[in-house]
Amino acid sequence: MSFVDFRNVWLAYNDELLAQGHFAVEDISLQVEEGEFIAIVGPSGCGKSTFMKLTTGLKMPSKGTIAIGGQPVTGPLKISGMAFQAPSLLPWRTTVDNVLLPLEIVEPYRSSFKSKRREYEARARKLLQSVGLGGYEDKFPWQLSGGMQQRASICRALIHEPKMLLLDEPFGALDAFTREELWCTLRDLHAAQKFNVILVTHDLRESVFLADTVYCMSRSPGRFVVKRRVDLPRPRDLEVTYTPEFTDIVHELRGHIGAFRNKDGKTGVAVPQ
Amino acid sequence: MKISKNMERWSPLVVLVAVLLLWQFIVVAFSIPEFIFPSPWQIALQFGEFKGPLIEAAWKTFWVTMLGFALSIVVGVLLGFLIGSSRLAYTALYPLMVAFNAVPKAAVVPILVVWFGIGLGPGILTAFLISFFPITVNIATGLATLEPELEDVLRVLGARRWDVLVKVGLPRSLPYFYGSLKIAITLAFVGTVLAEMTAGDSGIGYLMQTAGSQQRMPLAFAGLVTIGAMAMAMYELFSWIEKRTTGWAHRGSQAA
Repeated sequence: MSFVDFRNVWLAYNDELLAQGHFAVEDISLQVEEGEFIAIVGPSGCGKSTFMKLTTGLKMPSKGTIAIGGQPVTGPLKISGMAFQAPSLLPWRTTVDNVLLPLEIVEPYRSSFKSKRREYEARARKLLQSVGLGGYEDKFPWQLSGGMQQRASICRALIHEPKMLLLDEPFGALDAFTREELWCTLRDLHAAQKFNVILVTHDLRESVFLADTVYCMSRSPGRFVVKRRVDLPRPRDLEVTYTPEFTDIVHELRGHIGAFRNKDGKTGVAVPQ
Repeated sequence: MKISKNMERWSPLVVLVAVLLLWQFIVVAFSIPEFIFPSPWQIALQFGEFKGPLIEAAWKTFWVTMLGFALSIVVGVLLGFLIGSSRLAYTALYPLMVAFNAVPKAAVVPILVVWFGIGLGPGILTAFLISFFPITVNIATGLATLEPELEDVLRVLGARRWDVLVKVGLPRSLPYFYGSLKIAITLAFVGTVLAEMTAGDSGIGYLMQTAGSQQRMPLAFAGLVTIGAMAMAMYELFSWIEKRTTGWAHRGSQAA
């Protein structure tokens, strides 16, 4: 039994669009094993974010079924944690208090938050230290650099020990070096805690470096066109990104994206990387 | 560095003194009669002479304003909450509120007098009517500009609307709220004085009206100065509270 199970999922954002047959995503089927790291790549506006909303239960499919952990999805899934391109930390809370925010909301932590605050705070500090934010726990987010804020944002997504981490272009706004550092942070967190990761990105190198399986999406209609397993051995070092095997996979994926952009008759030529 | 910081600190006082000196100089140089345009010195003399009545009137105006202002905080915040957290309420109420806010309050005072009689009622209500709108708009803006991503992060955890409002919306809108208080308090003074001048039996507005009708310009000006000073003091008070409680929103100016 797969952990994430999409069967022929279609979604139109409202009834009007449904009647006209305009779907944000079409006929999505995928099966993700427990602990698997998948990446979804594709041009912007191809429904990647819609896919995230479906997976977390924030949106219900118009057709088809979604089951997570063997249970059909009926509403927001508390076993998921989310982080986005913007860290969106609250500026009036210190970093550690920002990380604690989900525990003030999600059960079973919510009801015991007051009595167990010290324990939870210790956990949040440990998590922050594990991503290299030791010593910055009591700083305010605006005193941290962009990369540090994004680390804190990922900690906030992980504090309630979700089974599934959803990341929507989390490193998109960072410079190349910081981005690579954060890849390694995410890789280590995943290796240590074995949660599922669904990473939405348009950085092909990022997807190949981090994921077990890469899915390519086409644009309007959003559907999966390619599924590519990445069999590079783990743990992967940044060095792997300079090997021919790695570049071959990246190149291959790039070809797919170029190909279906042409077929759409939208902009242009496939540019080889 | 040090000099420029000191200069910044004392600059309001320097400007004030300069304006007073210039004013005094113009009045003396052109020998303008005091019933047209009194000099600062003549106004100061009035303060000495009418200390008692001025303080009494100022006190009256002050607490009428505070009552109206308190009312406008309560109503303004509640309305702001309502239209900031519900699109339907926003769409339904906003046009009406804009129309209402555009009505000149001076035109409303006589109506209030008919309803509530001469006295405190019209003053409190005018102060309220003139000052709640900026509070409402600012609270609503603070709530409405919530990042959708953050809302998703919380909603997926099972957060209710109320949770999002209390944990995120409310603290987020605090700087807007304080900003609006500073505007609203000055407006509230305007409202009170307006009501007192039109239909009062006490307060600074009434005192100024009486002084004006008796051609005692220096006393009328003393009333003006009193109002200005009270509004300034309240403004500073809210600035201070704002800096203390929402320093995170003003980090640019105090980054060390």
